[in-house]
Amino acid sequence: MRIDEKGERIPLTIADFDAQKGTVTIIFQEVGKTTKQLGCLSEGDYISDFIGPLGNPTEIKRYGRVVCIGGGVGVAPIYLKVRALREAGNEVISIIGARTKELLILEEELQEISDEFYITTDDGSKGHHGFVTDVLQKLIDERKNIDLVATAGPAIMMKVVANVTRKHNIRTIASLNPIMVDGTGMCGSCRVRVDGKTKFTCVDGPEFDAHKVDFDHLMTRLQRYLKEEKLALERWG
Amino acid sequence: MALRQPMPEQDPKKRIHNFDEVALGYSAEQAVSEAERCLQCAEPGCEQGCPVEVDIPEFIERIKEGNFGDAIKVVRKKNHLPAICGRVCPYEDQCEKFCVLGKKEEPVAIGRLERFVADYERRKGFKIPSKPEATGKKVAVVGSGPAGVTVSAELAKLGHEVIVFEALHAPGGVLMYGIPEFRLPKEIVEAEISYIKKLGVSIKTGIVIGKTISVDELLEEFDAAFIGTGAGLPRWMNIPGEDLCGVYSANEFLTRINLMRAYLFPEYDTPVRKGKKVAVIGGGNVAMDSARAALRLGAKDVFIVYRRSEKEMPARQEEIEHAKEEGVKLKLLTLPTKILGDEKGWVEKMECVRMELGEPDESGRRIPIAIKNSEFTMNVDTVIIAIGQSPNPLISRMTEELQVAEQGTIVVDGNSMTSKEGVFAGGDIVSGAATVIESMGAGKRAARAIHEYISR
Ligand SMILES: Cc1cc2nc3c(=O)[nH]c(=O)nc-3n(C[C@H](O)[C@H](O)[C@H](O)COP(=O)(O)OP(=O)(O)OC[C@H]3O[C@@H](n4cnc5c(N)ncnc54)[C@H](O)[C@@H]3O)c2cc1C
Ligand SMILES: Cc1cc2nc3c(=O)[nH]c(=O)nc-3n(C[C@H](O)[C@H](O)[C@H](O)COP(=O)(O)OP(=O)(O)OC[C@H]3O[C@@H](n4cnc5c(N)ncnc54)[C@H](O)[C@@H]3O)c2cc1C
Ligand code: FES
Repeated sequence: MRIDEKGERIPLTIADFDAQKGTVTIIFQEVGKTTKQLGCLSEGDYISDFIGPLGNPTEIKRYGRVVCIGGGVGVAPIYLKVRALREAGNEVISIIGARTKELLILEEELQEISDEFYITTDDGSKGHHGFVTDVLQKLIDERKNIDLVATAGPAIMMKVVANVTRKHNIRTIASLNPIMVDGTGMCGSCRVRVDGKTKFTCVDGPEFDAHKVDFDHLMTRLQRYLKEEKLALERWG
Repeated sequence: MALRQPMPEQDPKKRIHNFDEVALGYSAEQAVSEAERCLQCAEPGCEQGCPVEVDIPEFIERIKEGNFGDAIKVVRKKNHLPAICGRVCPYEDQCEKFCVLGKKEEPVAIGRLERFVADYERRKGFKIPSKPEATGKKVAVVGSGPAGVTVSAELAKLGHEVIVFEALHAPGGVLMYGIPEFRLPKEIVEAEISYIKKLGVSIKTGIVIGKTISVDELLEEFDAAFIGTGAGLPRWMNIPGEDLCGVYSANEFLTRINLMRAYLFPEYDTPVRKGKKVAVIGGGNVAMDSARAALRLGAKDVFIVYRRSEKEMPARQEEIEHAKEEGVKLKLLTLPTKILGDEKGWVEKMECVRMELGEPDESGRRIPIAIKNSEFTMNVDTVIIAIGQSPNPLISRMTEELQVAEQGTIVVDGNSMTSKEGVFAGGDIVSGAATVIESMGAGKRAARAIHEYISR
């Protein structure tokens, strides 16, 4: 998506669509210049470009018991997954986490569509005081049969989730969020390391086997433009 | 005989601080004087050298008479992107190579004259040719690079309805995202595209064929389809350290700068790293463009690291000269073997080995061989990999029945048709990375074949 002539192209997940009305729904969290500017638009406003769908759709089938874990901007993509997995007849347990309660999104919506729902905050302002993985670990200890874990959010969170599930041999899928430019496989900005090989998230992903992803590498590459992102936000704000 | 008119250019010292065009173009007097050098050969060699068969002596004669408006009409009959070709074509290997004057002195500056008349036309405002009668046939064109644009213009002129689908948000292909502003101003690409639209072609941007719409879906609505999706997949060296922060594919670096205008950050939102010590790996036009763009972003040292010698560099001579004038340093007979990063994951150094040239390979270029114990390290903070592009595999991956060669190129028959009935292809997606004019030539041939196919 590109908001206007001078805007950056940013990737967002398609949350829903209505072919009859010709609409698509996106859910986004305001984290920087583009998403904050997007948040200022109102009904009837235009954005200059909307391109897609890109990448590969999530594979939705009946797995059994699935735990979906979202944090930060990963909550929106997780919400869609929860809904689709429920519709496919899975038992879905959702866990969402944030630094503090003001940053939580889609709580009610997730609560409604999940079989079980947990919140965690780093500062204890809402739900469990601690990390999403504390809840995950408890679930694993209490009930052994978890068939799949799906996670999206900050790389560090996905890394810890993967470390927990690896020990218990639970299949885990992570939706990666590297910095993108074109989204069509042309530039390599979105390259990640999976199983020792370089992959382009925009065409090969965005979902990969979390146990094979090099999350440290992803975290490093996400730092590339921190200075510029700050500057762009300050200048705009 | 008068000497070839020199091209007025921006002073190298000044131009490395801006992205404005380097070559300024002939004045009318210069153009007429240059046109006067043409011998108007009875059997002109220059025309054979032109992949789209422009009537060269004819348009030069019109310039000589001072009749610039007629001159551009002659060019436009065969070439739909004259302002672009007049800037980026390797004339020295094409039309100008066959100019008889070239045997004793310098050939007529055909490319510069083409640019002159195209610029003249743009300044005056385009005259729109009258629209032909509609045939009722519809053709879908995928990709808006030189190949796609040429196919569209040719078919529109025959009265067919053409819709172009472009994945990016702006049409033009490499002309828009790859070749930098200082060599090909984007305003000129936009103007040439606007001419194509005036011929009746409609261009839909932001549509990725194979994702948004499949090729099979296109065939339900259109009588034929043309695939001109180019060679957009960056090649890597496959050496350690290639995914450190500060290592770019030339495609990413140039796309950020050209398509997203990162050189105007923060006025434009997209950032790019402004390295101080930059190494560009490769020896083609893409490498020269990356090096010269890095310089303009404010780099102190820019090195072109190339494994053979200057003679084997595939870049145009003019581009190499321009790069050297601007202070780009050539590190020849050098092969990078490893990129090293600091504790935060940013590029810090590059390990290289020196090479010597052995026997010629099948391309006639001598094979570089590593010299034992010649390893050394360079301190760099940015590395740009410009060792070539392969065809973008998106469409072939998503389309059954489309036969693809080993290198990922789409296979076509003598009539530009792919293994899928009604689907044609041309340009870099068929030939592998080539040139603007060769893609246009392929577009022309495909347009002829498509016209025949849909008029059966
Ligand atoms: C496949 C994918 C799906 C996503 N889906 C959603 C979604 O449904 N909802 C949602 O709220 N967010 C989603 N995101 C994240 C979203 O793209 C970023 O939050 C957004 O780009 C931030 O831009 P900004 O200008 O507001 O912030 P900035 O201040 O520019 O950046 C804040 C952070 O966002 C990330 N970011 C910045 N630019 C880009 C870029 N061009 N490409 C990718 N990441 C970038 C970086 O980590 C950066 O540190 C998704 C990301 C990916 C890769
Ligand atoms: C940096 C650089 C400098 C160059 N310099 C020169 C030069 O000086 N002189 C010269 O003659 N040549 C030069 N070239 C080569 C020349 O630009 C190419 O040979 C030419 O552009 C190829 O044209 P094309 O139409 O085949 O493809 P492209 O120009 O690559 O255009 C293909 C288009 O298709 C679009 N596309 C791809 N996939 C899809 C899809 N699935 N759906 C919809 N659209 C899609 C792409 O976004 C792109 O816009 C240069 C190339 C580069 C990269
Ligand atoms: S975003 Fe450019 S290749 Fe994936």
